[in-house]
Amino acid sequence: MIRFENVGLRYGVGPEILRDLSFEIEPRSFQFLTGPSGAGKTTLIRLIFLSMKPTRGLITVFDRDAASLTKSELPAVRRRIGVVFQDFRLLDHLTTFENVALPLRVLNKDESSYRTDVVELLRWVGLGDRMHAFPPVLSGGEKQRAAIARALIGKPEILLADEPTGNVDPPLARRLMRLFVELNRLGTSVVIATHDINLMNQFNARRLVIEEGRLTVYE
Amino acid sequence: MHGVSSSRKADSPSTSEAADRVREFQATAYRRQARLAVRKPSQLIPENTVAGNALTLVVAIMCFLACLTLGAVTLVRDASREWQGDILREVTIQVRPVENLDTAAEAAKAATVARLFPGVASAEVVSADESEALLEPWLGTGLDLSELPIPRLVVVRLSDPSIVDLSDLAQRLRAQVPGATLDDHRAWTSRIETMASVTVFVGLSILALVFVATILSVVFATRGAMAGNKDVISVLHFVGAEDGYIAREFQRHFLLLGLRGGLTGAAAAAFLFLLLGFVLGPSVDAANGEQVSALFGRFTVGPIGYFGALGIAFLIAVMTAVTSRLTVYRYLAETD
Repeated sequence: MIRFENVGLRYGVGPEILRDLSFEIEPRSFQFLTGPSGAGKTTLIRLIFLSMKPTRGLITVFDRDAASLTKSELPAVRRRIGVVFQDFRLLDHLTTFENVALPLRVLNKDESSYRTDVVELLRWVGLGDRMHAFPPVLSGGEKQRAAIARALIGKPEILLADEPTGNVDPPLARRLMRLFVELNRLGTSVVIATHDINLMNQFNARRLVIEEGRLTVYE
Repeated sequence: MHGVSSSRKADSPSTSEAADRVREFQATAYRRQARLAVRKPSQLIPENTVAGNALTLVVAIMCFLACLTLGAVTLVRDASREWQGDILREVTIQVRPVENLDTAAEAAKAATVARLFPGVASAEVVSADESEALLEPWLGTGLDLSELPIPRLVVVRLSDPSIVDLSDLAQRLRAQVPGATLDDHRAWTSRIETMASVTVFVGLSILALVFVATILSVVFATRGAMAGNKDVISVLHFVGAEDGYIAREFQRHFLLLGLRGGLTGAAAAAFLFLLLGFVLGPSVDAANGEQVSALFGRFTVGPIGYFGALGIAFLIAVMTAVTSRLTVYRYLAETD
């Protein structure tokens, strides 16, 4: 599904911050992406999401060489990938419902065609009664779940979540994790970037560990 | 939540009925929420932001100033055309007193000669009373002009200045009326023409400068307003919106914003033109009116002024929209 071969990244003329990354993310797989703060987890997620280009190596996304994708092909590829950013990136002037429905709205779909799906998804993430609230009045956990719902509404084939449990208390973190596991059971590949070892220990899943720019895979 | 806790306490039929009722209530609530979600969707680009309102104000003010300049230029141009037209349509014959000849009769003869000339509409001798009135500011009242060698004037109006051969007319007058000279205002006309064209040129230069200043300030104000929308662009971008979709959304938003500002400015300018016409129009018609209107025209801005104002408003709105579109593309190019 997604393949990295000897991928390296440097900013300008500085040293390589990611070196020789080679790994694969299989369909319907579940993995943690971990490593100390600043190791490059977010950067790796951006590389997978094609919002950054590597300085060397080959990235294959859905059997296409990422370097060969034209600018006009990128949005379609991005829609097959759901991303939950560490800072949520919700739009404050839109309601929770509208934020979650955004990926469908930008496809010029009629609201009546997706209304039920969005309401159902909001209920699934436990935001059924907050759909008309605006992000500034949501708690950290609610924002997190709204961001997750937005990443899932387009039924992506892979979900990338950057520290999705970073801002929530342990019970909610476990609840969110159960949400990801259920999502994975329904067929979506999941990559969760986290540095919370306790959380990872609760799940028996593959781990991609970045340390000093290199990546080691623990199956 | 209440439903869950009560069902845990006991398992009696009444509580399960209650739980059913709660579930039913929840289902109704969800259906209602789904219906509520039908309300008009919010704009993707935040409205009524400080930067957006500031941009509307800048657009309105700059549009107002550009429209005023355009109005002033059309006013000057119309006035200068009127001056030239009036002056070109009139020549004067001066009949100086010559010994043994009756100046009044000579003047009447000169008027007849002129009247018969092709392209001349009329030729009227300025009467003795009128001449007296003309001289009054210099010589005072109660003078007997017949005692003085005062030349008589004949005002000749031309129906078509282009077909009148003034030198031929002058020659004929010299031959038939001794003491008659033709003053064709040529020196005046050329001087006024130069002055009028300089005035119009200066006006157009100012208009061009105001336009450039308008364009620049609108472009910079739009870019300023766009800076606050970078988050919106990047979020739309990563949820998979096409670049064209994002650009269109912003273009539409800023076009409306520009139109609101532009039309407000243009309407204010048009209102001012009308007001000037109403306030200054009557005063021009009243005392000393002829002199004032001869100099400044009638203080009415013609259709060019009004249509121009509308045109400026639309031009500025389009410029705002195009700038926002270009900014979106530039930002997206930086993001990828």
